Amino acid sequence: MSVIDDAIVWLNDPLNWTNPDGIFARLGEHLWISAAAVALGCAVAWPLGVWMGHVGRGGPAVVTVTNLSRAVPTVALLTIFPLTAIGFGAPAIILALSLFAIPPLLANAYLGVREVDPEVRDAGRGMGLSAWQLLRKVELPLAVPYLANGFRVAAVQVVATATLAAYVNGGGLGMIISKGFGLGLASGGGQVLAGGALVALLCLAVEGILALVERALLPKSLRRVKHRPPASAADALPARS
Amino acid sequence: MVHVAVLGLGAPGDDPRNPWFSWSYVSQNTDTLLAALREHLFLTIVAVSLATVIAIPLAILAYRVGSLSGPILGFTGVLYTIPSLALFAFLAPFTGIVAPTTVLIGLTMYALLTIVRNTLTALRQVPADVLDSARGMGYGRRAMLWRIELPLALPGIMTGLRIATVSTVALVTVGELAGWGGLGELIIGGFASNYYRPQIMTATLLCVALALVLDLILLAVGRVIMPWTRRRSA
Repeated sequence: MSVIDDAIVWLNDPLNWTNPDGIFARLGEHLWISAAAVALGCAVAWPLGVWMGHVGRGGPAVVTVTNLSRAVPTVALLTIFPLTAIGFGAPAIILALSLFAIPPLLANAYLGVREVDPEVRDAGRGMGLSAWQLLRKVELPLAVPYLANGFRVAAVQVVATATLAAYVNGGGLGMIISKGFGLGLASGGGQVLAGGALVALLCLAVEGILALVERALLPKSLRRVKHRPPASAADALPARS
Repeated sequence: MVHVAVLGLGAPGDDPRNPWFSWSYVSQNTDTLLAALREHLFLTIVAVSLATVIAIPLAILAYRVGSLSGPILGFTGVLYTIPSLALFAFLAPFTGIVAPTTVLIGLTMYALLTIVRNTLTALRQVPADVLDSARGMGYGRRAMLWRIELPLALPGIMTGLRIATVSTVALVTVGELAGWGGLGELIIGGFASNYYRPQIMTATLLCVALALVLDLILLAVGRVIMPWTRRRSA
């Protein structure tokens, strides 16, 4: 029997779905850890990015943060954080993952506010808007497409990276793969393949759903961002997990 | 989970026997550290070289044949969404659970995507009037590619190479699960053997340092082969 058959058999066993460490439980862990990490990332990166875009400073800092996040292995943060004062458990993993959500959120928030047409900003000022009103009524609404784009990139990034929590026994769908590797090729090959398929499907689903939500919620006039190519294609790519 | 919970009571906090950094650890384990560093460097160089050799012709093909660029970009985009662990999981049953091939194919694919996208963007950014004047001067397609388009795209290609290299260094650690993780094996091994902090920290620092050094080397190479970009950044 080939490994593919093994994977299909494994996926067809209802117990593999409903066990206390089955697919449903692992999916639940995966989603809540990811959601918490993205929320934390937004809470930190959005105000900071919007403020930096508003005052027009910190562009180099955004680039540095993005580059640094590429060089630091996710696995290292996932093993280091539980050994600090944070302690073992979900908070350490959520914190480590949220750090990898920050670069796309920060860069897009900064860029979104920064890219607002200077003439629009001038017009707002000419109408007597204060700096705060200008931010709230002009800059933020115009930055929404960028914020939405950053949110999608960050969410997909975190859902993908959350797989690695399995290295520190931190739950999530990655556990299915790592358990399969532990069993060896003969008895675990099918499980490894099934786990890989589940993770890949989840990531593609999150990407697809968020893209659809983005399209449905954004007013037509604000959808221009899609047609503007990034300065460099890889700038648009998040660090790989 | 049980052993994590039990040891968790004692492990955090500041145990003087388990410091974050210790020179005696480094001096007593120099051989292990160097072996892991060598493996890490080997995996990175092989993956990035393979990726470069495949990616640049692929990007040129996508640039030349307009109808191919959509599918190539779309396919690489979908692949990029799939996490490395899942990719290793797809490959392992066919290439072996403990095999450098599994890790190398995975690493090469991710590096490939970065390089293809950057090269294609760089080629597309060559100004149309430059191409027009080259054509007017009688350049053929091949001469145009080698003497006009590729040199003008080189800065973008080098950026892609640097990003791919730095990302690959970080990504090698994930290969631990497939038995070939370079310094990642020390990081996760340190975690597994009683949360041994000096080993985790030393391996992490070496990993970040390796990424930084390779990045600087590529930056220097770029300056040597593209003397015309030196003035701009100075």
